[in-house]
Amino acid sequence: MAESAAPVATLSFEDALAELESVVTALEKGTVPLEESITLYERGAELRRHCEGKLRDAEAKVTQITQGADGSVGGRDVDIS
Amino acid sequence: MELFEDSETGSNAPEFTVSELSGAIKRVIEGEFAHVRVRGEVGRVSRPASGHIYLDLKDDRAVLAGVIWKGAARSLEIRPEEGMEVIATGRLTTFPGSSRYQIIIESIAPAGMGALMAMLEKRKAALAAEGLFAPERKRPLPFLPEVIGVVTSPSGAVIRDILHRLADRFPRRVLLWPVPVQGEKCAASVAAAIRGFNALPAGGALPRPDVLIVARGGGSVEDLWGFNEEIVVRAAAESAIPLISAVGHETDTTLIDLAADRRAPTPTAAAEIAVPVRLELLAAVAGLEERRRAALARGLDLRRQRLRDLARALPRPEALVAERAQRLDGLGLRLPRALVAFTRDRHLELSRGAAGRFGPALLARSLERRREQLLRAGLGLRPQTMALPIRHRGERLAALGDRLARAGAQRLQAGRGRFEILARTLGSLGPEAVLARGFAIVRDGAGAVLQRAERARAATSLEIEFADGRLTATPADAPPPSEPPAAPKAKPRRPRKPKPPEQGSLF
Repeated sequence: MAESAAPVATLSFEDALAELESVVTALEKGTVPLEESITLYERGAELRRHCEGKLRDAEAKVTQITQGADGSVGGRDVDIS
Repeated sequence: MELFEDSETGSNAPEFTVSELSGAIKRVIEGEFAHVRVRGEVGRVSRPASGHIYLDLKDDRAVLAGVIWKGAARSLEIRPEEGMEVIATGRLTTFPGSSRYQIIIESIAPAGMGALMAMLEKRKAALAAEGLFAPERKRPLPFLPEVIGVVTSPSGAVIRDILHRLADRFPRRVLLWPVPVQGEKCAASVAAAIRGFNALPAGGALPRPDVLIVARGGGSVEDLWGFNEEIVVRAAAESAIPLISAVGHETDTTLIDLAADRRAPTPTAAAEIAVPVRLELLAAVAGLEERRRAALARGLDLRRQRLRDLARALPRPEALVAERAQRLDGLGLRLPRALVAFTRDRHLELSRGAAGRFGPALLARSLERRREQLLRAGLGLRPQTMALPIRHRGERLAALGDRLARAGAQRLQAGRGRFEILARTLGSLGPEAVLARGFAIVRDGAGAVLQRAERARAATSLEIEFADGRLTATPADAPPPSEPPAAPKAKPRRPRKPKPPEQGSLF
C-alpha cells in the first residue's frame, strides 16, 4: 500500500489513481495505526497532485506528419476544425 | 380494306438484305457499346484449349454471352468462377452468322459481396492461420495516452470527428499521418504510416504516440478494400504501439479490424476508446480527495474523542494536588485554633466534669432514683395483698402447731417409757450395779483396768474401785509405788473405753 519504493512522479495516471483509491479505502477502514495513516494521507496527497497534474495539461495540438523526398519524417502543426 | 391494301402494297420503306441488316445492327451495337462496364453474376464458364474463356454473365432476367480472348485472359486479376459477381469491362459485338451478340471482355473484377467476401474469407483464413488475429496478441490500451497517432485522410469528416471527440473528452496531442483512404495507393500508404509511427524514437523531435488510430469513414466494400490488404493487416499486427481500428461503419468489417488491438465501430468511437473523460477523472480524483480528507479527519476525530473520554476518566493532576493542597492549607489553619480549643475544652471539661460528675448532685440523683424505685416497690406492698397469704399461712401454722404438739406429746410419752426401760436395763448392766453386787474393779497406777493377776503383780500400785469408793493398794510382790494414785475425778470417763470389751467378756 504505502510502497514508497514507487516514486509518485514515475507512476502512470492509472496506477496513481488506483493507488490513491486503495489509500483512501485503507484510511476509511480506520484500522490503520495512526502513524501509518498519516503516512498514507501524505502519500495520498502526493498521488492526488500527480493525478491532477496529469489531468491538467490537456493541450489539444495537432501535428501533421510530413515526409521529405528522402523519406525523412517531419511535422508541422495544423489547425483542423 | 383500302388501308390494308395500301399498307400492303403502297409501302415505300427500303428493303434490306439480311446481311445488310445484320451489318447495320453490328455497326450500331459496336458503335454504341464500344466500351461498357457490366455487372453480373458469372454463369457457365468454359475454357477450351484455345486459351479463350467463354462465359455467361447473367442476372435474374437476362443472359449476356461473353468471351475473354486469350491475351486478355492472361492479364486478369481474378479467375472468374461461376457464381461470382463481377464487373466486366469490354465492348459488345455481334455474330451476324448466328444472329447473336456478345461482350468481348477486356478486364474483369469482382463485384459485390459474393466475390469479395470469398476472397476476404480466403485471406482471412490464411492470416488467421499465421496467428495474426489471435486474442493473445492483443495488447491493452493505455488508460490515458499522452500522444495519439492518427492514420487517416487529412481532409474529410473523420479527422474532425476524432479531434472533436478528443476535445470533448480529453484534449490530447495528436499526430496525424495523412494517407489516401481508398484507391490504388491506400494500402501501401496506411501500412507505411503504421510502420512510420512505430519507427518514431521515444523522446525524439516528434513524440512517439502512445496509441494509434487507423480510421476511415464509411464506404463500399470496394472503397474499404485497401484495409483488407495483407500489407495493412501485417503492419497493424506488428505495431508495437497499441492500435485502434475504425474503418467504415459498424457493419463493415475489414481485416485490419481483426488485427487491431481494439476495433472501434466508428472514428468517433475510436476517440472515445482512446481517452477517458477528463472531467470524470477530475471528479473521481476530487471525490477521492474528499474521501481522503474525511477519512483522516474521521480517524483523528475518533481518536481525539477516545482520548477525550479517557482523559475525562482520568482526574486532572493539578486538581488532585490542588484539592489536597487546599485541604492541607485548611487543616494547617485549623490546627492552632484546634489546639487552643481542645485544651480549653479539656480544661472546661475537667473543671466542670469533676464537680458535676463526682459531686453530691450525682449521688443525690442516684439516691433519688433508688428512692423512687423503693417507693414504687413500696406502693405494691399493700397489707391487703399480704393478708390472705398471711391468713392461710397462719391457719396452716396453727394446724401444724397442733399436729406438732400432739406428735410431740406422743413421742415424749413413748420415749419416756422406753427410757425408763433402758434406764433400768442400763442400771442393771452398768459397773455401778455390778459393783453394788459386791464386785470391784482393779486398775494399775495409770488407770488401766487389770483383768489378769500377772499384770496386777507387775503393777507398782493398784487402784481398787468399789461401789462406794476407791482405795489404793500395793501388791505385796510388787515394787514400791513410784507415784501416788491419780485423782479419781476423771476416772468415770476413762473406764468407759475399755468397758465395752469388759462388757463383752462379761456377757
